[in-house]
Amino acid sequence: MLEIKNLTKVYEGGTQALRDVSFSVKQGEFLAVIGLSGSGKSTLLRCINRLVEPTSGQVIWNGEDVTAASQDEMLQIRRKIGMIFQHFNLVSRSKVITNVLAGRLGYVNPAMSLLNRFPKSDYEMAIKEMDRVGIADQAFKRADELSGGQQQRVGIARAMMQEPEIILADEPVASLDPVLAHSIMQYLETINREEGVMVLCSLHFLDLVHRYADRAIALNEGRLMFDGKPEEIDDERFKEIYGKEAERVG
Amino acid sequence: MKKKKPSLLRSLVTALAVVVGILAFSYGVQVTNVNFETTRSEDRLTQLRRVVRALVKPDIIEYELAETTIEIPFYLPCPEDQEVAAPEVDTSGPYLVASAYCASPKETVIIEGYNFIPRTGGPLDFITASGVRKPLDDYRANDTGYFSTEVTLPQRQPVAEAQAIRATVRIRVGPPLITETAKVTWDKIVETVFMALLATAIGTAIAIPISFLAARNLMVENKSPLSSLSLSIIGWPIGIYLGLQAASLARSLLAPMMRNMTYSLIGLLLGAVLVFILLRVSFGSTKQTIQAKIIRIFTLVAAVLLVLSVLLLLESILKSLGRSLIEPLGAFGFIGNFLLQIGEAAFLVIPAITALGAGAFVGGNLGKIGQTISDKSPAPVVKIVNLIFSALAGATLLALIGAAIDWFYQIGDLTKTLYWPAGIGAAIGLALAIFTKPKQALPTGLAVYFITRTILNGTRSVESLVMAIVFVIWVGIGPFAGSLALALHTLAALAKLYSEQVESILPGPLEAVTATGANRLQTIVYAVVPQIVSPYISFTMYRWDINVRMSTIIGFVGGGGIGFLLQQNINLLDYRAASVQMLAIAVVVALMDYISSVVRERMV
Repeated sequence: MLEIKNLTKVYEGGTQALRDVSFSVKQGEFLAVIGLSGSGKSTLLRCINRLVEPTSGQVIWNGEDVTAASQDEMLQIRRKIGMIFQHFNLVSRSKVITNVLAGRLGYVNPAMSLLNRFPKSDYEMAIKEMDRVGIADQAFKRADELSGGQQQRVGIARAMMQEPEIILADEPVASLDPVLAHSIMQYLETINREEGVMVLCSLHFLDLVHRYADRAIALNEGRLMFDGKPEEIDDERFKEIYGKEAERVG
Repeated sequence: MKKKKPSLLRSLVTALAVVVGILAFSYGVQVTNVNFETTRSEDRLTQLRRVVRALVKPDIIEYELAETTIEIPFYLPCPEDQEVAAPEVDTSGPYLVASAYCASPKETVIIEGYNFIPRTGGPLDFITASGVRKPLDDYRANDTGYFSTEVTLPQRQPVAEAQAIRATVRIRVGPPLITETAKVTWDKIVETVFMALLATAIGTAIAIPISFLAARNLMVENKSPLSSLSLSIIGWPIGIYLGLQAASLARSLLAPMMRNMTYSLIGLLLGAVLVFILLRVSFGSTKQTIQAKIIRIFTLVAAVLLVLSVLLLLESILKSLGRSLIEPLGAFGFIGNFLLQIGEAAFLVIPAITALGAGAFVGGNLGKIGQTISDKSPAPVVKIVNLIFSALAGATLLALIGAAIDWFYQIGDLTKTLYWPAGIGAAIGLALAIFTKPKQALPTGLAVYFITRTILNGTRSVESLVMAIVFVIWVGIGPFAGSLALALHTLAALAKLYSEQVESILPGPLEAVTATGANRLQTIVYAVVPQIVSPYISFTMYRWDINVRMSTIIGFVGGGGIGFLLQQNINLLDYRAASVQMLAIAVVVALMDYISSVVRERMV
């Protein structure tokens, strides 16, 4: 159970990214976060693992106050929260397997990891995770030699190495074509259904939201505008979320 | 479009600008002593010609010369009793013919030579009865081996018997030989290249860790509350002091062992094994209980002390091994010397590293305690802790600065250098604690960034030529001083270049690796390092290139290398020798430039 209570974020310079956002996500739920670009979706996701420090409000996960955790405790919390990014954020000059193994950094012996030494079990796990997303044969290529779809699968494998209980996906398919988008979303769906991992995924296309999400929340200028089933987003709701001028596509 | 009419004001402004320009240049001409008259002076032109001709004739190869002499008898003055006849000459080889074979002093005669080797020359001397040479002229044979020259006879006491006029023929024999100048230049240019190599290596090794401290994007994230900051400020000097004490204590305890090679070796191996075991124990578990943490800290401290002992033993082994290897290795004795010098360097570096390590350890852990206090305690408690430790930290900091000032200016007055600074520091600390919120995160990373940047910029602005002067005083004239000066300048310049490279990395991977729960160091190794390796290599090559160029002139101030030789020869007016050195510099710089560009292309 993840509870977000009155979350507010004001960036230095006065940009108000989140205004008093509250909602909660049940274990094993697939939650879509929708809204215009700049509506605060990325900030919201990053406040959950505190890559962005919230200005006020609380993030409570299984009764533990994430926002009050110390820096050391935060490392322990973060390793249970996998994250997937729009631009994949792979280290392009490193090998695919190194990128995937980076997901274990929160678990392994820090001194050994600095020498690029991982336990054998982690290597086996990496191969298993790469196999799951179909890139095991690319393991020793450099990450930037892969296509966009393959790179995002490396990103998923990296997140899965963390044995996560939550996956935060920040527009994971916005840089991909529709076919690839579906294949990436299907991996997330599988992880969500089979492993019971909670997924918070920001998305732009409503058909993807309808197809994959159990529930959707919508942000507009940092305010929570909608919280409910994807089917409930009718034309009127749509205009509320995206503004009066907006028209539906796809 | 209508053409704008030129207004009076505009014309005036233009005229004024022209006048100001002319004035500026006139003044420039005066202060830079521009004087074109000197360029026409005949004396100077003759000198210039001589120097330029010497410069284009570098003293690189020479020949062994065989000398033969050709003589004709000559009476000075003419004998009164007899007629002097032309002597018989052997016309099969080179021979001389004179217009007269006797004459009075100061008279002139024409000397002709035949059958000489074409286009060679040599001295033409008058040989007195006692065998003294009086130079008459230099001859130079033409294409057919003929020459003719008019010489003035010397003023001598009259002598009855025949004296002689002698032409000395010098013939190159054997293969061309490398001159002594060229050999010395070769030695020095090798020295120069290796000076640059050493300086670059040392500078790079230190610049890499510093560059992270001077990278804004990495440092700006580091914020800590006042309690953590002040405790860590107090911790650092305590740690440094403890580290220095530990190093000297370990040295005196190990002294008997270090004198014996066998004991040292046994100690080294045992120590290494023990360190390995201790490290396994301390890093083996990742349990977060207090008990596990305490055990971890103790095993870590023990391991570090053992590492210190192992390093000291290694130092002594290196020294004695190196010393004993110099003789038997013969031509490769430099390997022995290398080991010896590493040992000697370790003697200097080990206490420094121990002190810094201990400082970081104590400062870091006290900082962590401060962080915990700030995270876990209620605000009023934190406020009180802040008040106490911030005052203490301020006092410590300014007292240390006071001590440094005392060292430089030798004030020797404790009131001025200790009590006042400590008091002011405590007041500033108190003020800071009062006026900040108890748990407010202060931008310590940014402060470290600015301090590092300032120090780097200051160091970089001092030319290595100037630094060399200081190092020459410390370690004596020679390439070592030059290497140290270059290394220091390299450090400052590279740290800045490197840090700018770190600042330009993509933030995405950094964010992604942080999100996996990796700590700061892991994030740097996994997300930053792969992005900066190739630019780092390229900058380092470029810097080596610069250092080769710099090391050619650092000898001017006694920093060793080829510059020393060049300056010497210029001062001795030996331009042919200086020319060899200039040529060597040009060749090496061009080569370095080429090699570094090839390597950079491959790497990047």
